[in-house]
Amino acid sequence: MTISRRRLLSTGGSLALTGALAAGCGSNTGRDNDGSGDAHSGGAVTLQQWYHQYGEAGTEQAVRRYAGAYGKADVKVQWRPGNYDQQTAAALLTSSGPDVFEVNGPTLDQIQGGQIADLTDLFDGVKNDFNPAVLAPKTWEGRIWGIPQVIDMQLLFYRKSLLQDANLRPPGTLDELIYAAAELTRKKVKGLFLGNDGGAGVLGGTPLYAAGLSLITEDGKAGFDDPAAARTLGKFHRLYADKSLLLGAPTDWSDPSAFIQGLTAMQWSGLWALPAVKKALGDDFGVLPFPRDGAAGKPSVPVGAYSSAVSARSRHRAEAKAFAKWLWIDRTAYQEDFALSYGFHVPARISLARKAQKLREGAAADAVRYATENGYAQPLLWTPADQTAYQDALSRIIKDGANPDTELKAVVRRTNDELRRVKKKKS
Amino acid sequence: MRQQSSHRTLWFWVFVGPFAAGLGLFTYVPLLWSLYLSFFDAHNTVSPTKFVGLDNYTSMLRDGAFTGSLWTFTVFSLFIVPATYALSLALALMVNRLRFAQAFFRSVFFLPAACSYVVAALIWKLSIFNGVRFGLANTVLDWFGRDQTAWLSTTHPPWYWLVIVTVRLWLQAGFYMVLFLAGLQRIPAQLYEAAAVDGARPGPQVFRYITFPQLRATSVAVVLLLVINAFQAFDEFYNLLSDARGYPPYARPPLVYLYYTALGQGQNLGLGSAGAVILALIIAVVTIVQARWFGLGRKED
Repeated sequence: MTISRRRLLSTGGSLALTGALAAGCGSNTGRDNDGSGDAHSGGAVTLQQWYHQYGEAGTEQAVRRYAGAYGKADVKVQWRPGNYDQQTAAALLTSSGPDVFEVNGPTLDQIQGGQIADLTDLFDGVKNDFNPAVLAPKTWEGRIWGIPQVIDMQLLFYRKSLLQDANLRPPGTLDELIYAAAELTRKKVKGLFLGNDGGAGVLGGTPLYAAGLSLITEDGKAGFDDPAAARTLGKFHRLYADKSLLLGAPTDWSDPSAFIQGLTAMQWSGLWALPAVKKALGDDFGVLPFPRDGAAGKPSVPVGAYSSAVSARSRHRAEAKAFAKWLWIDRTAYQEDFALSYGFHVPARISLARKAQKLREGAAADAVRYATENGYAQPLLWTPADQTAYQDALSRIIKDGANPDTELKAVVRRTNDELRRVKKKKS
Repeated sequence: MRQQSSHRTLWFWVFVGPFAAGLGLFTYVPLLWSLYLSFFDAHNTVSPTKFVGLDNYTSMLRDGAFTGSLWTFTVFSLFIVPATYALSLALALMVNRLRFAQAFFRSVFFLPAACSYVVAALIWKLSIFNGVRFGLANTVLDWFGRDQTAWLSTTHPPWYWLVIVTVRLWLQAGFYMVLFLAGLQRIPAQLYEAAAVDGARPGPQVFRYITFPQLRATSVAVVLLLVINAFQAFDEFYNLLSDARGYPPYARPPLVYLYYTALGQGQNLGLGSAGAVILALIIAVVTIVQARWFGLGRKED
């Protein structure tokens, strides 16, 4: 076959173009060349690691630094704003999602759906050093599906001076909280902030635990099929009807701005808000658990932990597991740094939490004590469908004054349906 | 001749091919796959194996939250469609009568249509209708000695509708105004002259007997688009009312509910797909009934 000059030139040009494209693709690691630390080039495998966007300054740089220090793979950190839970849930349907990722769970459906890798073997020899309250919701059928990173808790922040001026003591019962909220409400300051939806979203099972009940019982049944649940939830409408609740603030419950700016005298928020509140108000604040209700009630503190999980669809599952172990089990200095240097969280490892100096004094020490004595974690059997039905019911009870008994009966039915569904499935 | 015809075919596919492929890949394939999923138990998977027949459909139709969202949204459509229609027609009539600066006013009213629903919703939520004392609406109320109002959280009275409706009116009235303007400019001037000769009084009488009937075709198209858009509403509702923990049960449009069911943490893609099919059928039926009622496609009298 003879090759004409034109064909030779065009073939050569095509090869050159292909080569250039290939070289371009090869050199494009998808990373910014900003020297931020996530562009480690020590290994052939590239792992995608996802985090939700933390509000605390320095956290993003810290996780990029940790990833950059890993020597056995390139770890590309994605810092994802927006609806992170929805993003990860959708990404797990495909193999192009993250290899290792932070998750507010995982949910039972994600585990049963085969989307999450089993991490049980990573806990050999260290399982007992993880806080059992937050490890339990990551455990299903004796297997562990996520490594708890840090423990967070929700608390009631109150302004000491405002309560003193109104001759009120820190509320120890739900009735006292409702009374205090009404007494503290002025034209420009509301008594209590439970989130812009009036508390339907954030409170979750907290009032039920405060009434001595639960979302799901130890033996796997709906834990609020009880008149005490309707009685307790019914009291929340008083807060709304009295106009004691701050609603429609520019930031929501997780941000302490409304409390700091004096828009509310008391706010339900998280432990992470503590440094910002202390900086703004000095010692003029205190923290409390959610107050008890009824004779069988007890103070209640929701605790939870974002965990590090590995996608079962990852092409580098073994490498991703090795990295997760390295970061969240072996490198205890990073865990302590992540928990306490930027925001304010309790390390998930008991040994680290015990020696953390910042957690030993003032409001932080109180918070840790409340979490230990009154903490509860949302059970794994409580599914997103249950959560939606419960939140809707709570919203109608708080804002519309709907009959709590009727509303809760519908949620109990939904919960029982969901329990039947998930118990039928096998992981 | 033959070569010219094959060239024409080639160019047809060069221009149409990529768009047709995109339409097929991103619209028809997902649509058919969604129809397939709706007959399966598809929790956390798009490749389900357990056939459940019509279970997802019956579950969705028995779900009070879904049927409630349909009912709420029907009420919303019954309000937003006439309101947008009336406002955009009024703006068109005003701008059409202007002797000077018509282009300026046309642009001013049309510009909001170029704004993102997300951005507009956030401005409404955070600046104008936030619930604290420094929100614009509450500042105005304060001037008159009224208490601050939590616009998006108050259900009695349902002030959230004021926020939702005003943002949608602001965003879409300009677009429909342009459609009406085009319709108005197609009405022959001789008709108005003839009416004047016959003694018709300018104003309501001319509008009733000349302008409005002449806008019939435009009106039918506008109403159809408004109804479909209303049922497809998502962005402003989601951005005004949702937070990290979910969405309140009121003013929840069907698409928001289906988003949470299928794509939220629930990941029940079978149930969500069944809901999407039901919603698509409802929109199709409403559109066909409405089109027949208005006589869409019928020869002009």
